[in-house]
Amino acid sequence: MCGIVGLFIKSAHLRPELGGMLAAMTSTLCSRGPDSAGFAVYTAEIPGLVKLTLTSDVAGFDAGTLGDALSRAIGVTRSVVSRHTHAVVTVPADRLTHARKWLADHAAHIRVVSEGVGLEIYKDVGYPDDVARAFEIGDIEGTHGIAHTRMATESAVTTNGAHPFSTGRDQCLVHNGSLSNHASLRRELVRDGVAIETQNDSEVAAGYLTRELRRGRTLGQSLESSLSDLDGFFTFVVGTRTGFGVLRDPIACKPAVIAETIDYVGFASEYRSLTCLPGIARARVFEPKPATPYFWEHQG
Amino acid sequence: MSENNSWVGRAVGVGGAQRSGTDIDLDEVSVRELNATLQALQPETNRSIWRVLNPAGRHALAVGMGAPANVELEGNVGYFCGGMNKQARISIEGNAGQGVGENMMSGLIHVRGDASQCAGATGRGGLLLIEGNAGARCGISMKGIDIVVKGEIGHLSAFMAQTGRLVVFGDAGDALGDSLYEARLYVRGKVESLGADCVEKEMRDEHRAELFTLIEKAGEAHAVDVSEFRRYGSARSLYNFHIDNAGAY
Repeated sequence: MCGIVGLFIKSAHLRPELGGMLAAMTSTLCSRGPDSAGFAVYTAEIPGLVKLTLTSDVAGFDAGTLGDALSRAIGVTRSVVSRHTHAVVTVPADRLTHARKWLADHAAHIRVVSEGVGLEIYKDVGYPDDVARAFEIGDIEGTHGIAHTRMATESAVTTNGAHPFSTGRDQCLVHNGSLSNHASLRRELVRDGVAIETQNDSEVAAGYLTRELRRGRTLGQSLESSLSDLDGFFTFVVGTRTGFGVLRDPIACKPAVIAETIDYVGFASEYRSLTCLPGIARARVFEPKPATPYFWEHQG
Repeated sequence: MSENNSWVGRAVGVGGAQRSGTDIDLDEVSVRELNATLQALQPETNRSIWRVLNPAGRHALAVGMGAPANVELEGNVGYFCGGMNKQARISIEGNAGQGVGENMMSGLIHVRGDASQCAGATGRGGLLLIEGNAGARCGISMKGIDIVVKGEIGHLSAFMAQTGRLVVFGDAGDALGDSLYEARLYVRGKVESLGADCVEKEMRDEHRAELFTLIEKAGEAHAVDVSEFRRYGSARSLYNFHIDNAGAY
């Protein structure tokens, strides 16, 4: 099972509603994945700054204290926003390497969930509605986002194993399905320098796209080649800084439905998840074709 | 005259001021209550017109009916709508999710929009009429149902289809009729590829007559020409074990 969701806002007036719309869409898919949930949102960018979404293996870590220590160490003004078990630390792009090294050296319990100019990721174990409430996803404003409700098959039910997975800056992926060649592909990706942290098959798909993008391929080309390089069944929704894409395997056994209006493009595992969107009755509703990459991007 | 033949190219249900039906609003009534109500209808019922409001993509609507009532679903529906239907005429004023009319026995299901994958799967009788497109695996393992799709159908349609007729006004995706038994497939558009053991067959008069009847039931008798269709069926070469194929097992 698993439920996946994507939302791409076209009309600026809906940006304040991004988190609320994503949470409402995801809520309908709780039954498809009651184990864990996660939300990736692309929020306002500030030129020259990069966001690190952090969480800790230690319960109840104090993001404020950590942020103080980090900003002193790298010599910048502290910028930390906490959300439930996660915190977003914003650092100047030219201090990013320094910041990540300091975290690795001085805060071994901290895990970097995502790094991005726009991207923030919030994910945890628990019933999706509870996860969304705990992170106050409904308050988040942004341009686009993806989300996932998990019924675990390939790895343990942990925060780490929850989707979305991010293996590259401003890149993220959610997956419904299961990959059978993830072990060999993981070894290959690790050899190629892609950081993969879990035994989860979906993280390998995210890592695969990261590698292909690093090699200078476009997202469309990377999705296209994943059709022959990934063995298994899948519907993917991937997020990048400028937009989101959808891909189904050639057999297309995992469900997918898209609704597009002048204001947004919504993706969900099931149509009922889209019924909460404004103007849905007038939306163009269709199923993405198998083995065909779809992509929507913000211009500029 | 069979039940299907009595419905020739007119809308399901009764419209206008004369209608006297019962509205069920799914924002107020549960799917379980709706289905229990519809399933309790007796064949001789005089409460024959039901309108279901706010289906909102909910699953398993109007399943397991056994009476010749009319059910109009006013919007998009989720999975398995009208599954196992006997006798009822179900109209979906929107798109249908996976498995619409799955294992239906008789009656009519009319989808005004598109249908997702596995439309009419394992259906044993009746007519499934889809105004738009149908997704992958349309008519998979069909066993006597008639399916008419006015748009396109997706890949692996009529997989292991046993009996019944599948009529497609548009194109068909990859591997049409793979491992087909005795179902008859009529496609007007392009077929992306034929599945194993599915071949094009000669269109004889009896096939043209059969196709015309189905087009007529779909309300398109004077709009769609039978001569534009091609017929596909089983080459019957997979029916029995061939010693020459032993190496493949």
